[in-house]
Amino acid sequence: MRFNVFTPPHLRPPASVSAMMREVLLALVPGIAAAAGFFGIGVLVNILVATVVAVGAEVVMLRLRARPVSVFINDYSAVVTGVLLGIALPPLAPWWLPALGSAFAIVFGKHLYGGLGYNPFNPAMVGYVVLLISFPREMTLWLPPAGVGDGPVGAGEALTRIFTGSLPPGTELDAVSMATPLDTIKTQLGMARTLGEIQAGPLFGAIAGRGWQWINMLFLLGGAWLIYRRVIDWRIPAGVLGALAAMALVFWAADPDLRPGPVFHLFSGAAMLGAFFIATDPVSAATTPRGRLVYAAGIGVLVYVIRTWGGYPDGVAFAVLLMNMAAPLIDTYTKPRVFGQ
Amino acid sequence: MTRALRDFPGGIQLAGNKGESTSRPSMTAPLPRRVVIPLDQHIGEPARPVVKPGQRVRTGELIGSPEGYLSAGVHASITGEVEAVEERPVPHPSGLPALCVVIAGDGTDEWIPAAAQQTDAMSRGALRRRLREAGIVGLGGAAFPTAVKVNTGPESAVEQLILNGAECEPYISCDEMLMRERAGAVVDGALLLMRALDTRQCLIGVEDNKPEAIETLSAAISTIAAEGVEVVPVPTRYPGGGEKQLIYTLTGKEVPSHGLPADVGVVCQNVGTAAAVHDALRHGRPLVERYVTITGPGVAGPGNVRARIGTPMHELIALCGGYTGDPDRLIMGGPMMGFGLSDDDLPVVKGTNCLLVTTETRFPRPDQAMPCIRCGACTEVCPAGLLPQQLYWHARAKDLDRVRDYDLFDCIECGACAYVCPSHIPLVQYYRFAKSEVRAQEEERHRADIARQRYELRQARLEREQREREEKRQRKKAALREKEKSTEDRKAAVQAALQRKRGEAGTSSQDTSASQDDDG
Ligand code: SF4
Ligand code: SF4
Repeated sequence: MRFNVFTPPHLRPPASVSAMMREVLLALVPGIAAAAGFFGIGVLVNILVATVVAVGAEVVMLRLRARPVSVFINDYSAVVTGVLLGIALPPLAPWWLPALGSAFAIVFGKHLYGGLGYNPFNPAMVGYVVLLISFPREMTLWLPPAGVGDGPVGAGEALTRIFTGSLPPGTELDAVSMATPLDTIKTQLGMARTLGEIQAGPLFGAIAGRGWQWINMLFLLGGAWLIYRRVIDWRIPAGVLGALAAMALVFWAADPDLRPGPVFHLFSGAAMLGAFFIATDPVSAATTPRGRLVYAAGIGVLVYVIRTWGGYPDGVAFAVLLMNMAAPLIDTYTKPRVFGQ
Repeated sequence: MTRALRDFPGGIQLAGNKGESTSRPSMTAPLPRRVVIPLDQHIGEPARPVVKPGQRVRTGELIGSPEGYLSAGVHASITGEVEAVEERPVPHPSGLPALCVVIAGDGTDEWIPAAAQQTDAMSRGALRRRLREAGIVGLGGAAFPTAVKVNTGPESAVEQLILNGAECEPYISCDEMLMRERAGAVVDGALLLMRALDTRQCLIGVEDNKPEAIETLSAAISTIAAEGVEVVPVPTRYPGGGEKQLIYTLTGKEVPSHGLPADVGVVCQNVGTAAAVHDALRHGRPLVERYVTITGPGVAGPGNVRARIGTPMHELIALCGGYTGDPDRLIMGGPMMGFGLSDDDLPVVKGTNCLLVTTETRFPRPDQAMPCIRCGACTEVCPAGLLPQQLYWHARAKDLDRVRDYDLFDCIECGACAYVCPSHIPLVQYYRFAKSEVRAQEEERHRADIARQRYELRQARLEREQREREEKRQRKKAALREKEKSTEDRKAAVQAALQRKRGEAGTSSQDTSASQDDDG
């Protein structure tokens, strides 16, 4: 009798790229739900537009590069890029903002480098930073979370603004928008107010910004599940959060009136999203076990530095991209010890 | 039993799937009507055939004599007539045919007379010689000649003999059944090997998913009162039965990269080998039979069989109920490291521990490989502490210097990395390819070195000869000049004498000088 010959190992592999990506998407759901709850429908529109455009751009690029479209679309990596970018954008952003960022992320951040596996930078963060630099006004236009002032604008108003670029008559953009807690601290510290005074404001909750603290907590939850499922390496979130907290602790201890403490930093802005979902993008991260700790700690330190002394209220995107650049070098210097050497 | 165990790096948990083939005792396969016995069943030089077609051989008779140091004898596994000594297809990853002795059985199974074995009086060298003649090779799959392995040289003292009964690969259960059914032979074999190695300690490492084997071995040790032999249950984790991994687990010693277990005072043997050593030394029976696991979703009644070497595989599968479902692959070895065979007409060899028949439902065809996403899963599980994805990048780029920098040759090809890779990259294939490329390159370099050396030697010789010729010429010239000079002197002397004589008598002098000139 004749048999088919394949190469070992013969066992069915337990993991696949698409299964991993699907789990990542699933783990994002609680955080996204919280974000949508606090900031309104705009969050979901951003995600939807960014994802549709990301997948579209992926198809076009795969066609142009003559790659098997169905195989690569099924890996869900374009979906993850779109969703991550969408989450990061302000909830009243005009529709073309996620579209543009997403297309840029896939075309320039991913395929011009050779597609999945070859991009040295996190594509979603490439798209984000391009938008941040090109459209600084649109990119900082946040809303108050539900429960603060009038809360976010209603769904109808939001959709009008997103798709027509203007608000219904009688509503002023300045009146409905509000800075993020990180942004508020930054500008108000510049106006010589103490941290205590600033944090007494309505934007701030028990441990960090209202709304934001919950969003961060739910991203933490999703991330913990990914660690448990071994989809991501614990070293990266541990490194990012550990370094961020350590930096915050040192400077807070030195000057508690001027510097928010570690808990505030951990639960503000994109800290948890960045630590569990963005810095963990394996393609652009360091790969050796020790290297990942170094890479992640670098991100944590940079996030703190940018938040505290940089020109932007949050620093996750820049921190990740900077450490992406350092990843190959880190890998070279952190080769594990070979058994028997 | 309270030995402190170490955790080797990496490793993976795999479903054992051994229950299917261990639920009933092993069967002895009926004598095959015809056997095909390859002369190259071990690592090293193939044995040299010492029988001719038409010759009658008895079971256990030498048909292939070990050639060179790294070799082992090959024996008739049935009684009958040698039909042919020719190239036949053999189970080997290369798929190439090899020289085999084909024996048509007469059904009598008449054994060669067992020579009286005075093992107690045998020297270490004599024991090794017996093992070599009896064709004992490692039965864990690698088939390394045992006599060579136990020859650790006079300067390196062996602290421990380790018997490998871990059997970490899923589906395979031949060692487990052997330990359960022939525990006494295993333990006695251990004692004999300890004698051959001149060591006092033997640890038998058995994965803790085989409690019956652990129990029977412990019982056999106390029955025989085997001093210094100890069964140690080790955690079930693939590849815990890898030689270096098991040694580390049991002793905490790391076999140096590029080194041998003997470098750290350890020799490792498979438990089946120990039983074969017992058979050879106590009963004078060479290696003509082994335990083979016949299993997998494509086999109707999985089990273990004791099969004569050279038996066609399909006979053993038929013995286990034949095929079921839609057999897709026939694998010799386990699902992690075993290799695919294209035909079930191939003979069982000394290294055949398991025949695994798969179906497409349980063992689906490999998916298309995706690009490496650098997830690092492979690094986590690599028991050798390597960076498999870096090795892959460099192997793919055929950057042979870099693959060596990343310690390609420390890779034990366990396949753990490829198993966990979410991109389903056949990593081990790349490593094998790169290894063979590096070897070919080294061979090439070696040949080039030899050629260059030869050239240089030749050049040097030519130069030397040239120089010598020159010197000789010079010497000759000098000698000639010397001679000429002396001739001149002599001539002058003669002349003077002649003149003196002439002065006295006035006779002819020309003839004398001419005859002297000729000789120059
Ligand atoms: S497991 Fe596969 S995809 Fe992940 S780093 Fe290793 S080779 Fe690349
Ligand atoms: S096959 Fe080689 S590289 Fe892969 S896990 Fe095993 S030892 Fe490591």
